[in-house]
Amino acid sequence: MGFGSIKRYLVIIPPLMWLGLFFLIPFFVVLQVSLSDPALTRPPYTAIFTWDSWFPSGYIGDFENYAFLWSDSLYWRSYANSLKIAAVGSFICLLIGYPIAYVIARANSRTRNTLLLLVILPFWTSSLLRVYALIGMYSPNGFINSSLSFFGIIDTPLQLMQTDFAVYSGIVITYLPLMILPLYSALEKLNDDLIEASSDLGAYPLATFWRVTLPLSISGIIAGSLLVFIPSVGEFVIPALLGGPDQLMIGKTLWTEFFNNRDWPVASSVAMIMLAFLVIPMMFLRNTQGLKE
Amino acid sequence: MSKRHPFVLAMAGFGYAILYIPILIMIIYSFNSSKLVTVWAGWSTKWYGELLSNGQLAQAAWISLTVAFWAATIGIIFGTMIGYALARFRRFKGKLLLNGMSTAPIVMPEVVTGLSLLLLFISMESLIGWPAGRGLTTVIIAHATFCMAFVAVVVQGRLSDFDVSIEEAAMDLGARQPYIFFTITLPIIMPAIIAGWLLAFTLSFDDLVIASFVSGPGSSTLPIVIFSKVRLGVTPEINALATIIVAVVAVGVIAANWLALRSEAPKQTDESE
Repeated sequence: MGFGSIKRYLVIIPPLMWLGLFFLIPFFVVLQVSLSDPALTRPPYTAIFTWDSWFPSGYIGDFENYAFLWSDSLYWRSYANSLKIAAVGSFICLLIGYPIAYVIARANSRTRNTLLLLVILPFWTSSLLRVYALIGMYSPNGFINSSLSFFGIIDTPLQLMQTDFAVYSGIVITYLPLMILPLYSALEKLNDDLIEASSDLGAYPLATFWRVTLPLSISGIIAGSLLVFIPSVGEFVIPALLGGPDQLMIGKTLWTEFFNNRDWPVASSVAMIMLAFLVIPMMFLRNTQGLKE
Repeated sequence: MSKRHPFVLAMAGFGYAILYIPILIMIIYSFNSSKLVTVWAGWSTKWYGELLSNGQLAQAAWISLTVAFWAATIGIIFGTMIGYALARFRRFKGKLLLNGMSTAPIVMPEVVTGLSLLLLFISMESLIGWPAGRGLTTVIIAHATFCMAFVAVVVQGRLSDFDVSIEEAAMDLGARQPYIFFTITLPIIMPAIIAGWLLAFTLSFDDLVIASFVSGPGSSTLPIVIFSKVRLGVTPEINALATIIVAVVAVGVIAANWLALRSEAPKQTDESE
C-alpha cells in the first residue's frame, strides 16, 4: 500500500531491532557459552576468543560440553524421556480433546459459545496454579486419597504424586485448551452434508467417523498435537512439581544444571541440543495454520 | 443421529471435568478453616485475611502487575507495528526475518528463552555496562519480547480480515497514510489490540520460568514466590490467592465475551462480501 519506503522503515526497523537484540542475538550468546568452559569467575564461564584490543585474535572454544552430554547417559535419558512424555501427553490430549471439540462444533451457536468459553477460561488462568491444583488432588493427604480412605476403599494412600500419571495429568490440565481450539476450528468447517451423505449411504456412525470426520480434521489434529508437543518437551513446572526426583525431563535438567550446579556452559549446550530437536516440529507448526489462534 | 451420541457427550463431559474439578476443589479448600488440607473443619474466610497481611505476597503481586503492565504496553506498540507491516506491506527487506522472529518466541521453550536472555543481559553488562544487574527492567524486556509476538499474531489476523477498500477509499480521497492509520485502521483494529494487551498481560503475569532466569533479588514476581511456597506442598494461603486470581480472570473473560457478543451483531451487516 501507499507507505513511502522511508516511512515504512520507521514501522519495520524498531521491532526488527528489538527482536534482533533480544531474541536473535541471545542464541549466539548461548552458542558461545556452550563452547566455553566453566570457570570460577563472574560470569562463571571462560571466553572463547582471545582479544587483541577490539578484534578477536584467536579462538579457544571447544565442543567439550557437547562431548560430555554425549558421554553421560543422564542427558540422553532426559531428552528421550521428554520426547516420550510430550508425545504420549499430546496423544492423551488428543483423545480427551477430540470429543470436546466435536461436541462444540456440532452444538447450536448459543451452546457453542458457552462451551468454547469453558475451554478458553482455564487457558487464561495461570498454568502454575492449575498444576498446583493437581497437587491438592493427588498428594498423599490430598482430595483423592482422603476421599478414598474416608469411604474405606483404601487403607494406605495411593502413590499418585511423583508418577508418570501425575505428569501426564499436568500436561492435560495445562495444554488441553491448545489441543481443543485447532481441532474445533477444523471440525467447525466440516460440512454436515458429508456426514449425512455417509450415513444415508449406509455407513455406521463409527465408519463415518473413521472415513469422513477424522481424515477431514487432520489439519486440526496436526496443529493441536504440535501445540501440545512443542511446549511439553521443554516443560519445567510440571515435572518439577508433579514428577519424582528420578523423573528426567530436559527442561528440568537444564534448570538444575543452571541454578543448582551453576554449570552455565553445560546448561547452554543442553539448550542448543533442545533447539535442534525442536526445529523440525516448529517448522511444521509454521506451515500448518496452528498459530492462527 | 450421530450428532448427539451419548458416548461422545459423556467423553466431552469427562474432558470438562478434568479441566475444572481440580480448580473447584482448590476453591472449596480455600474456605476450609483447618490448616491441615486433609481435614475439613468448616467454612471460614480466615486464609483470605492472612493473605492480605502477607507482605511478601503483596509485594510480589505488585511487582508482577507492574511488569505485566509495561510488558503488555510495549508488546502492543511493537506487536501492532509488526502485525501491520506483515499484513499490509507487500514486500520489504527483512520481511522473512521479521516474520520468523515474531512467531518463534511463541513456540520457544521457556527455559531456552530465559537462559538466552540472561546470558545476553550479562554479556551486555560486561560490554556496555547496561543493564546494571537484574531487576524489573530485565524482566520487563524479557516479557515484552514474547508479548509482542502474541500481539503481532492477533493484530495480523484482524488486519487480514478487514476490508482494505476502506483504507483505499480514504487514500483516493487524498488522505495521507499516517492520518489514515490513526483515524481509520487503528479504530477498526482496536478490539484486537485490546485483546492482545489482555493476552500479553496475562501471559506476563503467569510466567514463572523466564522471570526466574532474568529477575534479580528484589524483583521476585508473584509466580516465583508462589512456586517457592508450592514446592513445599499445599498451603491454604495459596489456595486463597489462587481462588482470587481465578475469580478475577473468570469475571474478566466472561465480561469480555459478553461485550464481544453484543458488538458482533451490528458489525455483521457492514461486512459485505
